[in-house]
Amino acid sequence: MNKCTERLFNGLIKENPTFVLMLGMCPTLAVTTSAINGLGMGLTTTVVLVMSNMLISMLRKIIPDSARVPSFIVIVASFVTMVQFLLEGFIPSLYDSLGLYIPLIVVNCIILGRAESYASKNPVLPSIFDGLGMGLGFTVGLTAIGMVREIIGSGKIFGWKIMPASYEPITIFVLAPGAFFVLACLVAVQNKVKAAKAKGGQQEAASGCDGSCASCGNGSCGKAVFSVEKQEGK
Amino acid sequence: MNETFNISSSPHIRAKVTTGNIMFLVLIALMPTTLFGIYNFGVQALGIVFLTVASAVATEYLFERFMGKKITIADGSAAVTGLLLALNLPPTAPWWMCVLGAVFAILVVKQLFGGLGQNFMNPALAARCFLLISFTGRMTTFVYDGVSGATPLAQLKTGESVNTMDMLIGNIAGTIGETSVIAIMIGAMFLLFMGVIDLRIPGTYLITFIVMIVLFSGKGFDLNYLTAQLCGGGLMLGAWFMATDYVTAPITKNGQILYGVCLGVLTGLFRLLGRSAEGVSYAIIISNLLVPLIERVTRPRPFGKGGER
Repeated sequence: MNKCTERLFNGLIKENPTFVLMLGMCPTLAVTTSAINGLGMGLTTTVVLVMSNMLISMLRKIIPDSARVPSFIVIVASFVTMVQFLLEGFIPSLYDSLGLYIPLIVVNCIILGRAESYASKNPVLPSIFDGLGMGLGFTVGLTAIGMVREIIGSGKIFGWKIMPASYEPITIFVLAPGAFFVLACLVAVQNKVKAAKAKGGQQEAASGCDGSCASCGNGSCGKAVFSVEKQEGK
Repeated sequence: MNETFNISSSPHIRAKVTTGNIMFLVLIALMPTTLFGIYNFGVQALGIVFLTVASAVATEYLFERFMGKKITIADGSAAVTGLLLALNLPPTAPWWMCVLGAVFAILVVKQLFGGLGQNFMNPALAARCFLLISFTGRMTTFVYDGVSGATPLAQLKTGESVNTMDMLIGNIAGTIGETSVIAIMIGAMFLLFMGVIDLRIPGTYLITFIVMIVLFSGKGFDLNYLTAQLCGGGLMLGAWFMATDYVTAPITKNGQILYGVCLGVLTGLFRLLGRSAEGVSYAIIISNLLVPLIERVTRPRPFGKGGER
């Protein structure tokens, strides 16, 4: 069970798909015009991700290596179609506001990425939790962006007006450029927090880094990038 | 006789020109326009100019202070950005819009991209477009002499006739700095005379624009219409003061000509086919984005490099 909670933590914080991995940028930038849209998109993706991770993990011994990507896509597309019908039937308002971006979940790189890098190599239960963690991480990211954009861009949050009547919404934040501003600011904030943590030595302990980059297989280690930049700075 | 020799790499003789004194000259050149705007729109315009410049300089100072960078407010570039933004605001702009615009110009467009010399588009114009998209109503409502009315350019678009003489002098509705062509030209002549700008960019810009209007407006060579198009909106202010910004214009000579043509074509397109009457700010920031490409195609051949024979 320890591995499952580790997967959840990994998806939510350590490898948050929106803020750390920078995956699935298309829905992130396009549908987060309001908090409810972000939440809806995140949860829809989570459902698809959990189901597809589960099924792919079950079938991982059967799917031949050479045909794995088409197989993954067929599995993901089937789940997306089901979710789309469910949304259309039960939450038509969300269905309308997400529109084209529901079928586009099929090609969301988080889903294919998790299938490829985790579910196709690991047992069913951790895969489910991996999907859950990643999906919830995505949901948190999208909802956070949606909330900021909605507050600044229309003075509301989840549809309730919270800013005083004299506040004039900065409309650009619900348009496309606003998505880039907000995403950049949130990534900057979380990088700042991470950098502070890394200085405290917590990250080294977590990733088992012995301080020597030559023997380390982890190419995404922030420390290695940092030292390269430092050299160029000289 | 001094026996010490200083050893240093070239260049050994430097011009006395610094960012600081160029910016100072630009500030002087903008004075006629600013003063006319204040005369034309009253004390409220003075407040807007003062507030916008102050917030631009303060933003630059605070950002550099907190990021532990060298404080560069003394070179005046933030003040120029603030003043240009103020000249691009309507005289009815509320105080928070001035502050928001100035903070956006300096913080997002200039400092986050690395400060002076690194901004990829003109900060003042980017801030104007930011405000224009966010508060379209406020940015396009112009009050003149207590009457809110359309700008001459908007009247022109709907086919009404306009008084060209008023547009030349500046007795019209518009943003604080764009109304008086005469005041802008005084400043522009001063900059040309001091060698801060040359005719390459504004000249090709205006000529291309005239060609576009003559060819595609459907009015042919109608002198009255042409003068009104040239004097209306932010074209003059943009062509002389904002398109010529050193940071966001190409450095190659041929590139500057290409850039001017690009500006003229875009402005013509936006004014003739666009939904709104004005297109100068968008034309300039879009052309700013094309500058790296323009510089790449117009890179000069090093002296002595043979042809491809």
